[in-house]
This record gives sequence, structure tokens and C-alpha cells, in this order.
Amino acid sequence: MIAAPPAGDRIIAELKKAGIGFVAALPDIVTSDGLLWPISRDPDFRLVRICKEDEGIAICTGLGFAGRRSILLMQQTGLLDSINALRAVGVEYEQPVVMLVGLQGKEPGVAPAASAKVSVSIVVPILDAMGVAHRTIENAGDEALIAPAIESAYAASRPVCLLIGRPPAATETGR
Amino acid sequence: MMKRDACLRILARHVRDEAVVATYQAAFDWMAIAPRDLNYVSIGAMGIASSHGLGLALGRPDRRVIVLDGDGSLLMNLGSLATIAAAAPRNFAHLVCVNGVYEANGSHPLPAGDRIDFAAIARGAGISNAGTIDTLAEFEAAMPEILRGEGPVFRALRVEAGEPSPQDYAFIHGAQTRRRFKTAFSAR
Repeated sequence: MIAAPPAGDRIIAELKKAGIGFVAALPDIVTSDGLLWPISRDPDFRLVRICKEDEGIAICTGLGFAGRRSILLMQQTGLLDSINALRAVGVEYEQPVVMLVGLQGKEPGVAPAASAKVSVSIVVPILDAMGVAHRTIENAGDEALIAPAIESAYAASRPVCLLIGRPPAATETGR
Repeated sequence: MMKRDACLRILARHVRDEAVVATYQAAFDWMAIAPRDLNYVSIGAMGIASSHGLGLALGRPDRRVIVLDGDGSLLMNLGSLATIAAAAPRNFAHLVCVNGVYEANGSHPLPAGDRIDFAAIARGAGISNAGTIDTLAEFEAAMPEILRGEGPVFRALRVEAGEPSPQDYAFIHGAQTRRRFKTAFSAR
């Protein structure tokens, strides 16, 4: 039996617990209803809609220099498109870029690296090769990993990638 | 057409506590002309200087942020103009050094580099306060708007290379440089 998915409102509560005030985002169908639409309506977040994901790497970095905590919300294809920015800014300049990445197409209950979908299966090996910390948020209960991962990223001034394995349950859907 | 170093010397005479985000050739020139803790260099991932600047501006709305971009760099991140227009930071000025070539990589020409109107692109993206500056006198006259005008402000600066500047990557990449910037930028 497959466990329940993570809850969008619990993920959002973890973000708030970790002091996240800014969200740079490109829509991703995995996180659209459970995260991005609720975040877009939540006055506790300043949502910055971006056109390409590497913009978000830099925006989050700039916010970090201003002492503000942020996340970059995107799909794994956007992460793959942003690898050089993440390499330069997150890894080599040691900046705490926090990414929430919807794994579009990942099979429920299958580890990301074991996915039959290439764009999913290569994500963890790439993050490991770059030395970027990651956690997989796949089931109810995994949400509790989020705030500590964000705290660690800021404490160490290093990036972290939170891989959203399937659509978080939404308390309300639509825009 | 302006010599870029002469142009940046004008800016250097006017800056006070503004953060200046510079990239590639403009960064090398700026770091030599105006070494200061509030300089932020965007090098390593070409194209995202404007996005670094946007993050800084959103994080510290009480501080002016000036981006010294390049035309080749901006072409890699034209969407950032729409992002900036939507976020509408009032404390943000975006200066783009337009020379039509990838100067840091052998001075090869940009595609359509001889005819792109960057101010028109910025206006088309929704940044109404956009224009082009061709002479040092115009640049000097534009200083109040660049430093204090309601942002986002966009100006394309038509430049050519001036005196060569040292390309001291070790300094501009250094962890100490980043720490100094963070301390200066986060000071109240």
C-alpha cells in the first residue's frame, strides 16, 4: 500500500517555521495546486514570478545577501536548466539557495534515481556530483524534514534541494 | 558612443551607499575605478546580474541597487526584464553597457548586435522608465534619475572599450569580497 502524499499546508507551515518570506517560482504541475496557488494567496509570502529558473537562483542569492530567506519553486526540468547558475552561485560561492523541486513524472513509491523517466533519474546523481544536499518529500510525514533542511542550508551557507516526489495534497484547489 | 571607463568614472563620482552589481567587462572596469565594499560582482553564470540585483533590491527596499549589465549578458536573460517589470522595485536601476560584442570572450559580435534597441525591449517588457544614453554629457545629466528616480529605471549605455582594466578574478570571486559586501549591504 502506498502512503498518503505530503500535505501542501504542512509544507507551507514548514517554510514559515524556517522564516521563508520570499518565493521565486515558475509553475510546475506537481506543486501547482498544493503549493504555488496557496502561496500566491498567502500574505506571508512575497511571490516573485520568474521567466526562467536560473533567474530564481540569483534572486534568492541576492535576497540572502539582504538577510532575507527565500525558496525557488520549480520543476526538475528547470533545475536541470539552472545547473550552471547553481554551480557558480550555490556551490562555488557557497550561497544558501533553497530549492523546492517538483519531480514531474516520477512514479509513486519509486526512489527518484530509480525512475524510468530520465529527467527524474539523473537529478539525484547530478546533485550528489555537485555536493548539493537534498531530501525527498514523498509521503505524509516527510514535511518535517523541510524546516531543518532549510536551517542547515542557512547555517552552513550552502544550497539544499527538496525534491517533491508527488503532488502535495491541496486543502483547496484552483486559483 | 562613450568610452566605458569614462562613463563609469562619472558614476563613481556620484555613488554613495548604493549597491552596485557589475558583470564581466563592466565589472573589471568598475572594480578598478571604484573599489568599495558595496560592489557585488556577478561572474561565473553569465546573464543573471539583473536577477542578483532584483533579489538585493527586493530584500532591502530602503537601499538603491544599480546593475551594470552587458548587452550579451542581458540577451541571455531577457525574461528578467519582465520579471523586474512585474516585481517593480522602486529602488532599482539597470544600466546596460551596449557594445555589440562578447568582449570578455574574444569580442565576437552579438547576434543582431548592430541593431538591437534594448530600451525598446525594456519598454516592451513593461519598464516604462527606459531610454538610451549616447554621450557622457547625457549620462551625467541622467545621474539624478539613475540614483534617485522611481524604479525600475533602465538605461542602455552605448559604449566602447576604454583603457583596459586588470582582470583579477581571484579578487572579485573571493569569499572575503562577498563577506565585505554582505556586511556593508546589511548595515542599517
